[in-house]
Amino acid sequence: MTELTRTLAKLWQWFDDRTGASAVWKATAGHLVPPNTGWAYVFGSATLVAFIVQVVTGIALATIYVPSTAQAYNSLQFISAQAKWGHLLRGMHYFGASAMVLLVGIHVTRTYLMAAYKYPREMSWLSGSVLLLLIVGMGFTGQLLRWDQVAYWSVFIAAEQAGRVPFVGKTLAHFILAGDTVGGATLSRFFAFHVFFIPMFIFGFIGVHLYLVIRNGISEPPKKGRPVDPKTYRAWYEDMLKREGHPFWPNAAWRDVVFGVATIVVLVILAWVVGAPHLAKPPDPTILQAEPRPDWYLLWYFALLALTPAKLENFVMILAPLFFVLFLILPPLVANKGERSALRRPWAIGLVITCWMMIGTLWIEGKRAPWSPDFSAQELPLAVVHAASGPVYAGAQLFHSHGCEYCHTISGYGGHRGPELTYVGDRLTADQLTIQIVNGGTNMPAYGGNLTASELSNIVAFLGSRKTQ
Amino acid sequence: MNTDPNENDSKEQPEPVRREQSHDKDLDRRFFTKLSLALVGFATFLVGIPVVGFLIDPLFRPAPRLWRQVGAVDDFKIGDVSEVSFEDTSALPWAGLTNKTAAWLYRQGEQEFVAYSVNCAHLGCPVRWEADAQLFMCPCHGGVYFKDGNVAAGPPPRGLTKYPVRVQNGQVEILTSPAPIT
Repeated sequence: MTELTRTLAKLWQWFDDRTGASAVWKATAGHLVPPNTGWAYVFGSATLVAFIVQVVTGIALATIYVPSTAQAYNSLQFISAQAKWGHLLRGMHYFGASAMVLLVGIHVTRTYLMAAYKYPREMSWLSGSVLLLLIVGMGFTGQLLRWDQVAYWSVFIAAEQAGRVPFVGKTLAHFILAGDTVGGATLSRFFAFHVFFIPMFIFGFIGVHLYLVIRNGISEPPKKGRPVDPKTYRAWYEDMLKREGHPFWPNAAWRDVVFGVATIVVLVILAWVVGAPHLAKPPDPTILQAEPRPDWYLLWYFALLALTPAKLENFVMILAPLFFVLFLILPPLVANKGERSALRRPWAIGLVITCWMMIGTLWIEGKRAPWSPDFSAQELPLAVVHAASGPVYAGAQLFHSHGCEYCHTISGYGGHRGPELTYVGDRLTADQLTIQIVNGGTNMPAYGGNLTASELSNIVAFLGSRKTQ
Repeated sequence: MNTDPNENDSKEQPEPVRREQSHDKDLDRRFFTKLSLALVGFATFLVGIPVVGFLIDPLFRPAPRLWRQVGAVDDFKIGDVSEVSFEDTSALPWAGLTNKTAAWLYRQGEQEFVAYSVNCAHLGCPVRWEADAQLFMCPCHGGVYFKDGNVAAGPPPRGLTKYPVRVQNGQVEILTSPAPIT
């Protein structure tokens, strides 16, 4: 042993004696875990890795980002375009957030399917549920910090939804806005929530969550015909660990390390190749050409609300989140014993498939957003109109200028809010077309008062010409 | 031989005396627990009141409502709808662009104006005026309003919010108002 090595060894012994570091390491990294836990168990630690990336990149971004409504946008433009590695950092922060949401979703799915919420790990599930909600809160407040046009109008939408809560709705809305309307204090409030309040709770609950993992141990892979009995489980588990358990480090931890590193590599690649989320127009309240949308992980919820019938909207806005929280809280409280294997819990499999399919299909619809008019629709080309003059041509011009094309598609041009009209001439007569245009419908305005007789006639002529032959 | 008189005393204390001492210690423990809880509660109160008050203060300080000029009467054609903007009264010095509120101003007659909030009554998205169609249209869920602000189609539960508007000394003025929350 060289002199240096001896000195380092002595320093380590001093440090270890004063802090008990090696005992802590032995108790945590060295704690026994059941055999055969496999790759399915890596998603919790991967979520933590993504969170650490968020904290590190977030702190870096916060050294330049100015959380003032006057300067936030400019500071982000500087970060994106001029600060060294700024664009990459923003991208890492965005994809880190996406990774957290995706990974925690997979982690919840895995723990639910394996019934890891059963005795004695009920509190792990409950603390994890709080963490899930906090992560969603971070995602939402984080998008707002971009403070571009999308963020600006999204604050109004959030306040409007809060306003639907009975009795206290307006108060909640004004709390979100930090006043009567969006103003100088609004962004600072979201910054404080995103950077201080919510992370404070996340750190606390991560501590609780990890402490519970050490205290109660990682759940063993479930086996059909081996139900959990609170009276005997702990003794059985301890005995199993003594017989078959191996230390978490390195026997199981190596998978967490590999997957955690892979998570970081993937999000750095995405940040490099795809880049930071595009900054929309500045948050100028007088720029009204805007299309507010949430970030991808909330598109499914955007779709859910958009597809809800108007009469049920308030109920869904208020009760859906409450039911979701109830759904999160209930499993360990009502089903903390019995079979853990999903093969003996087919409803659990059904529920998971239903949830993922619901989120998946709603996400696809949220991306398409057929309920939103397409204001980017271009004038119909002559090849589609099949006329360069006369009533059909004039009708096609009016079809565009009067906003019909925002909601109706013809030959692939236009929006999807209303029925496609490519061959409407086959379905409706001129009289029927006239009645529909003049009187409108639930989702179509009545154009009767906004069109002259000749304009109406031209539009009917154009639409009547839309036939298969 | 044991020379410590106290040791003998403690070893030979009768049962009732020991029980009484234990009971006294319990009382001390309970008293100090209650005292600690009370003190911590008091300290929480002391710090919590200003913190909570600071956070909810904006709810109790509604912005003053002032008349803001948005243009001369002659700037607006009769029958036209134009976008105007004015400064909020709750403007903080660092608010920047967000200082402003936009509105749609409709000149109905010589001296008659109507000012609409740009926020869709459904969920607050900004409605745009389609002059050729003579309709306000919302980009979010397809809400549509007629020129008079009434709902023409879609999910909005009511018409566009109207701001109070007046003409004074040849200037059109709008009264600043809170964001319309449905």
